[in-house]
Amino acid sequence: MTYILKGKNKEYEMNIGLEIHCQVISDSKLFSKSSTKFGALPNTHVSFLDSGFPGQLPVINKFCIEQAIKTGLGLNAKINKKSVFDRKHYFYADLPTGYQITQQFHPIVSDGWVEIINEEGLPKKIRIEKLHVEQDAGKLTHDLSPTKSMVDFNRAGVALMEIVSKPDMASPYEAGEYIKKIRSLVRYLGTCDGNMDEGSMRCDINISLREKGSDTFGTRTETKNVNSVRFAIQAIEYESNRQLEILDDGGKIVQETRLFDANTGTTRSMRSKENAIDYRYFPDPDIMPLILEEGLVERIQASMPELPDAKRKRFIEEYKLSDYDADILTAEREVAEYFEDAVKDTQSHDGKMVANWMQTELFAVLNKENKDITESPIPAKSLGELIDLIKDGTISGKIAKDVFKFMYEGNEKSPRKIVEAKGLKQVSDTDAIEKVIDDIIASSPDNVALYKGGKVQIFGWFVGQTLKAMKGQANPQIVNEILKKKLG
Amino acid sequence: MKLTDLTIAQAKNLLSKREISAVELTRAYIDNMEKYKGLNAFITETPEIALSQARVADENIAHDKARFLEGIPMAIKDLFCTKGVRTTASSKMLENFIPEYESTVSEKLLNAGITMLGKTSLDEFAMGSTNLTSYFGEVKNPYKRNGEDLVPGGSSGGSASAVASGQAMAATGSDTGGSIRQPSSFCGLVGIKPTYGRASRYGIVAFASSLDVPGVIARTVEDNALLLNVISGQDDKDPTTAPRAVPDFTKVLGESIKGLKIGIPTEYKSDKLNPEVQKLWDERAKELESLGAEVVEVSLPLTKFSLPVYYIIAPAEASSNLARYDGVKYGYRTKSPFHSLDEMYELTRTEGFGAEVKKRLLIGSTILTEEFYERSYLKALKTRRLICNDFDEVFKKVDVILTPSTTGAAFSKNDSLSPLDVYLNDIYTVGASLAGLPAISIPVGYDKNGLPLGLQVIGKRFDEETIFKFAHHIEAISKFDNTPSKVMGE
Repeated sequence: MTYILKGKNKEYEMNIGLEIHCQVISDSKLFSKSSTKFGALPNTHVSFLDSGFPGQLPVINKFCIEQAIKTGLGLNAKINKKSVFDRKHYFYADLPTGYQITQQFHPIVSDGWVEIINEEGLPKKIRIEKLHVEQDAGKLTHDLSPTKSMVDFNRAGVALMEIVSKPDMASPYEAGEYIKKIRSLVRYLGTCDGNMDEGSMRCDINISLREKGSDTFGTRTETKNVNSVRFAIQAIEYESNRQLEILDDGGKIVQETRLFDANTGTTRSMRSKENAIDYRYFPDPDIMPLILEEGLVERIQASMPELPDAKRKRFIEEYKLSDYDADILTAEREVAEYFEDAVKDTQSHDGKMVANWMQTELFAVLNKENKDITESPIPAKSLGELIDLIKDGTISGKIAKDVFKFMYEGNEKSPRKIVEAKGLKQVSDTDAIEKVIDDIIASSPDNVALYKGGKVQIFGWFVGQTLKAMKGQANPQIVNEILKKKLG
Repeated sequence: MKLTDLTIAQAKNLLSKREISAVELTRAYIDNMEKYKGLNAFITETPEIALSQARVADENIAHDKARFLEGIPMAIKDLFCTKGVRTTASSKMLENFIPEYESTVSEKLLNAGITMLGKTSLDEFAMGSTNLTSYFGEVKNPYKRNGEDLVPGGSSGGSASAVASGQAMAATGSDTGGSIRQPSSFCGLVGIKPTYGRASRYGIVAFASSLDVPGVIARTVEDNALLLNVISGQDDKDPTTAPRAVPDFTKVLGESIKGLKIGIPTEYKSDKLNPEVQKLWDERAKELESLGAEVVEVSLPLTKFSLPVYYIIAPAEASSNLARYDGVKYGYRTKSPFHSLDEMYELTRTEGFGAEVKKRLLIGSTILTEEFYERSYLKALKTRRLICNDFDEVFKKVDVILTPSTTGAAFSKNDSLSPLDVYLNDIYTVGASLAGLPAISIPVGYDKNGLPLGLQVIGKRFDEETIFKFAHHIEAISKFDNTPSKVMGE
């Protein structure tokens, strides 16, 4: 079922293409040795090159190029042995040289794809047109002085990868999944931290509507400055409906650049095609065409970590996880690592159970405290050990939850030690259990009579009494067996 | 012997024998700078810096620790950033700009022991071949035409005027389309533009990045070789420099040219060419032949396109390189009231740039628009490649190409020359610039008014040695006397 926009007379389908800007993880900037650390005092990470001083020349930071190649390989794309840096010109106070160095005509990466799972749970390929490397601009602040604007060049010259998709997405949901996919990928690869709040990942969204069933694309608009998955979905919903209303009224879509307003969830016009800036692109004469040395791509290929798709597949096979569990556990590299660390040293090697505990118990408490998995107070190994204790009958699932709480809140991280210290060991000794049950049966003749009279539901009451008397440490399975035998 | 008449080679010798001191040598130049202020060769004079460097030089010499150019008084073209010393590019835009960094070329010279006399004038942002466009006033040629002031050429006109008049023993220059060779020719000096990538552009205010090449202007071929030894070499700060070993360029001086081939390009014989230049060109070719070289006619069929190609590529790159002068970070900002960022830009750039620069920025910006990019800029790039191929083909047959440096001698600003005539000045020099080839201009004689005329030797990429070899012979044959005291009629 495709996503349909129902107009007054006609039905429309949507084409969405995304340009995602990812700040490259690298200690220094794309063409200078200045630091890229976030949050430093304004203008403290600025070299003469970054601030556009005369006579300064760009020197390509090889590491940033390797990061782009790595990402390109993750996008199943072609790595171009030769790419060229171009200058894109416009005047703005956050752009110290009057041009941004980018790769307009010959990008380093082209023709890739990623796979997302759409609303119907089916895999869908989204094609990637290109990934190019470019410089970020500085940051302007207008509210520090009533009469002046302030500029901070710390970010100026930091490397960005712009990942441009084909207009292959057909719904807000698909666009959201695509962003999540790219985010997960770059985080796996360690090429971008994917932190959308800090702006290290930002997207521009191209949207057009076409009549249902038609092959002809409608006129598109580009919505800039979208900084989260939620905002992307909002922006697409708003913008597609805006276009729908225009088409419904017999109007024409104006090709234009629009700006997303996160406060209202709406988009507004920034500039139309007629007023489009002529960026006067031309190859940067200071930078020789980038020719990749022989063997570089192969070397990077060999050092690639396992990527989400492969990991997902492996988790399903190796740990017998459901598709759903595998999705959740592989979306983030750190989560997947935690999972495997937890399972790795266990006797039971029960991935399914580790997955359940992570999702029901661990994520619940982490989410409550807004922590991510790397900040988990319970080390992966401890969770694995806890599962072993349940599996070998040392503790019950119920007691395990208490142990989990002790581990989470206390300093002792070994569940085995907690069980010992607190005497939480499950009792599987039939003699001991039998003795308690005998006492309960002897002291409640009325209930025994009721049960024997046919009120079998009361069986649960006996189980509860037994467990309570044994402070929850009795093995419930054995309690059941003995009770059934004794009550007949 | 006047100290300011010494060549670098002579001065090195006298200094090392301690027959003269660096301080007295530097003082002699400072005196001349005062005496010939009227030529307006310098924008910023730095006598105190020069003298303190001279004192260090004398100290070093006294302790037998003399560096390669210890105590040699030089001027630096005001396009090279000098740490702590104002660097203007002859523009109001950078009138008060004091860099916090040193260009690689000037740093290498300073590390080799020169004393820096000051910063020489140029056409604004090195755009021009007359030195009439400097914000700091026109520079004059030490040579006059029947008493009339002449241009020194450009853009390195201040450097040429200073060296010719004995205000500096040598000077740096930069050459984008002829900016070292043409003023050298106009002022009776030797000037070399080495191969693109031989010397670093780091710290040189950029005009057209793919064409800009630093070089030197001095009185002799030997001095050129000595200086090139110092300024050459790969530089981490300029990735367009080549990872090539730098030979000792002085070693080849005096070597025979027997069996080597000289190409004379047919297309360079033009009716625009002054017949006196043509005559000297023919004579020198014959004389070189008599020294055992072989002269062959060669063809550079695309020559007629080199000026149009140059005047597309250079302004296009300039329009981009000069976008950074916007009043935001450093340099000139309008004093007029403004109400928006765009208005600030407009006023700053309108007031801060001179007419010639603005003309080229407008041309360059237009060339790069979507409308013109493919049919002008890309076409020019392709033609440039073909021009390179032309040279490469010729260099399969010959070792050097011998051409005039300019169509004629220095002119006066009052001569009725159209802008196009002035642009035509570069006709013999732009070819080597577009192809990135090394080229040297050597004074070979005079026109009927007693004004210097020069010839140019173009070599294979990174084969400065062979052009030095030829230049040295041409110099010996020509016996051109550029002794400053004589030039200045002292």
